[in-house]
Amino acid sequence: MSDDAPDAAATAAPVTMVPSHVRLTYTVTAGRHLSSYLRALADRRIVGGRCPVCTKVYLPARGACPTCGVPADQPVEVADRGTVTTFCVIRIPFEAAPFPPPYVAVAILLDGADMPIFHLVRGIAPEEARMGMRVQARWVADDQLGPTLASIRWFELSGEPDAAYETYANHL
Amino acid sequence: MRDVAIIAFAQLPAVRRDTEREEVELVQPVVTAALAQAGLDRRDVGFTISGSCDYLLGRPFSFVAALDAVAPWPPIAESHVEMDGAWALYEAWARLQCGDVDTALIYAYGKSSLGELPDVLVQQLDPYYLAPLGADAISLAALQARALLDSGRADERRLAAVAARSRRAAAANPCAQRRSRREVDELLAEPYLVAPLRKHDCPPISDGACAVVLAAGDVARRLVPRPAWIRGIDHRIEPHQLGHRDLTRSPSTAEAAARAGAGPDAAPFDLVELHAPFSHQELILRDALGLPTDDGTADGIDDGDGGDGPAINPSGGALAANPMMVAGLTRLGEAAARLMAGDGRRALAHATSGPCLQQNLVCVLETDGGAP
Amino acid sequence: MTAANRCAIVGIGQTHHKAKRQDVSIPGLIREAALRALADAELTWKDIDAVVIGKAPDMFEGVMMPELFLADALGAAGKPILRVHTAGSVGGSTAICAAHLIMGGIHRRVLTVAFEKQSESDAMWALSPRIPFQPQLTAGAGGYFAPLVRAYMRRSGAPDDVGLQVAVKDRQHGLKNPYAHLRIKGIDRAMVADSPMLWDPIRYLETCPSSDGACAMVLAAEDAAAAPRPPAWVHGLATRSEPVVFSGRDQVNPQAGRDCARDIYAQAGIHTPSKDLDVAELYVPFSWFEPMWLENLGFAAEGEGWKVTASGATALGGALPINPSGGVLCSNPIGASGMLRFAEAAMQVRDQAGEHQVDGARRAMGHAYGGGSQFFAMWIVGRDRP
Repeated sequence: MSDDAPDAAATAAPVTMVPSHVRLTYTVTAGRHLSSYLRALADRRIVGGRCPVCTKVYLPARGACPTCGVPADQPVEVADRGTVTTFCVIRIPFEAAPFPPPYVAVAILLDGADMPIFHLVRGIAPEEARMGMRVQARWVADDQLGPTLASIRWFELSGEPDAAYETYANHL
Repeated sequence: MRDVAIIAFAQLPAVRRDTEREEVELVQPVVTAALAQAGLDRRDVGFTISGSCDYLLGRPFSFVAALDAVAPWPPIAESHVEMDGAWALYEAWARLQCGDVDTALIYAYGKSSLGELPDVLVQQLDPYYLAPLGADAISLAALQARALLDSGRADERRLAAVAARSRRAAAANPCAQRRSRREVDELLAEPYLVAPLRKHDCPPISDGACAVVLAAGDVARRLVPRPAWIRGIDHRIEPHQLGHRDLTRSPSTAEAAARAGAGPDAAPFDLVELHAPFSHQELILRDALGLPTDDGTADGIDDGDGGDGPAINPSGGALAANPMMVAGLTRLGEAAARLMAGDGRRALAHATSGPCLQQNLVCVLETDGGAP
Repeated sequence: MTAANRCAIVGIGQTHHKAKRQDVSIPGLIREAALRALADAELTWKDIDAVVIGKAPDMFEGVMMPELFLADALGAAGKPILRVHTAGSVGGSTAICAAHLIMGGIHRRVLTVAFEKQSESDAMWALSPRIPFQPQLTAGAGGYFAPLVRAYMRRSGAPDDVGLQVAVKDRQHGLKNPYAHLRIKGIDRAMVADSPMLWDPIRYLETCPSSDGACAMVLAAEDAAAAPRPPAWVHGLATRSEPVVFSGRDQVNPQAGRDCARDIYAQAGIHTPSKDLDVAELYVPFSWFEPMWLENLGFAAEGEGWKVTASGATALGGALPINPSGGVLCSNPIGASGMLRFAEAAMQVRDQAGEHQVDGARRAMGHAYGGGSQFFAMWIVGRDRP
């Protein structure tokens, strides 16, 4: 060790950053209830689960009805069209974004369901997005169908008139 | 202190990889079973708390989805610790000491199978000084085991005897994961995993969940015939830096035990549930708790079904099933369940967290007698 | 109060909050807050019986269960330490856990600490992991909460500029707080209105920053409350949680928030919160949440919260000052943000808040929420022993 080492240490700038790259890989389990929903999507169907106590239809079926505590698992097929209950225009880019911004993310109450699902609406300008829009699923081609919500590419306007606020006010 | 008892315990059988259940599906059955055992409607629970860990599940806020399992509607008074469920039970016990609520529901879940557990546990170490070394939990435990062997207070045969006894006990526990009987000589013939530890000295990787119900005073007496009263409970932590500790001793266990009424002069226990994920850690814990570490039998280890000492880990312990964040609470639940079933009057239960027994909780449970 | 023992706040400390506190490590950050709290109480580490620490997801710093390694820095070796995580409400629920250790008669002095050092990792990444089975649609917390703001505006008929007003008011308050992260000199409506629209209808300057920071308090039992400065006393405290989603859930005005407020008002003997409380520190990460919480917490009738804000009543000097510290809109070390609200409420009733002191504050509310507006933690503290 050289004689001037302590002085050098004393005058050196503090270490403010130690890069520490962590990569962890997980194999996530969908579980029984979500699996039933995903399998149906591969078949161009949207199947939720009804709670035997409160009779609400959840998408996907759930291991526990959030208000009743019993599995919401009685299979119910719902429509692939519904009403936009609320929406958000995303204008900032981020790593996992599906499209370049701006784009419109929506909550859609599918006909026959009691719980909105989240998806994207394409084919309208962001400034035209509004609550109550009626939208319809645009599925991927047959050979791209799989047990994933990506089986629906996006939703687009169905051409129906907007739904009245009262019809979805309880699902905001 | 107010009288508070464990009045129900439910668990899922631990498995190496549960491909059927996500978090809610793990928790919903144990919560439902524990409340049924307690004869308690979920709407009458005064306080709910859970223990789980985002890093095990690989996503932030993983406890949020699991909360559906207790159907928190109407809204409930609730909390969550990023710790083993045993510490959730401690917070619930403290909450009941305030006197304004009488019952608490505690649940814990963990799926160690989702990630590469050794890599995940590296993230638990000091990020500046230890994590960059990449030392995994088994290697750190092996360091500790080596120190214990070098101290002359244990040898590899005694480690194997702990593992063999765990497997004998686990054979009778349908919720245990590692249940095949193996004899000491057989185990010693196995190769080292990380010397001086062999595979049987290390815990299995497990998925699981459990739930416990606590009740205070007369409410507990009204709900179940034989509550397992918490006579004392305490927990202590030690420095994280391994170099600051004597790894062959567990002073935090000894301190927690003294404060929980399980000190050197405490009355004997009928059974003991120790959360010792590694075989040598059981010996360190027994030493810290003043439990016999050598009962004079041929293998030097009390096998739990003879002699005057307490039965140690009649469930098989963490060597038989180790769902992380669950295994500590399971020790308290197993001990209480045995007392409630009439298998003894007085039990000690222990939980641990962190590398090399860094943090330890000790709980003394008793029944008043009464028909199971 | 119904609990057996009273709880006093005898020491309060916080860090200077900044986007990146690269001058300190994680242990250095929490010690900065803890040492200020101990100094305020004129106590030392050895006077502390137990530590309760809270923070939001571990992925913000990239350390799993960091309390294990932070035990050394917090003088916790040989003591009990508990780690709470209840999402954004965690700073509040951590303080409540600590208070219960006092009120349950278990300890005499508890140090409670909450922190976040978001610069150690990537917060947006930590909040929006790629989870299989569901497409990635939103971007961080703003993407989740913007639709709720839109729903509130629709329901209440509030004019578009109420959010601007809150954004300006809280930043003006923050200029009086030496610890605040965002200190925007000359902040005004035009500056907020001209800032980029991030998550329509939420503009950049209507959102909270991402901060490094910590907060600490020393809580004491009555027989240990003889502090150099008068303590604040806990008059009421509670948590409430509800599911993140269920059919028919009102996320704009959540039942759990209403129930939690009702509970602490009953404990503290409060009948008309807008009159009986002198000041409130509410968790407002997006400006529009001020009017939303005013309604949720009973300070205003449903649909009327924005009118209270618009009247100027919630500014310092108004009838009901909200967030005199500058609130979450000025400093947002997520895990600590809730505890900062609790601590700032206690500072107010201890006449300790300096330039942002509300004159004569005797009773104050601290509020925190988290998850999808589903986890709530609140307390009421007062100058008088309850």
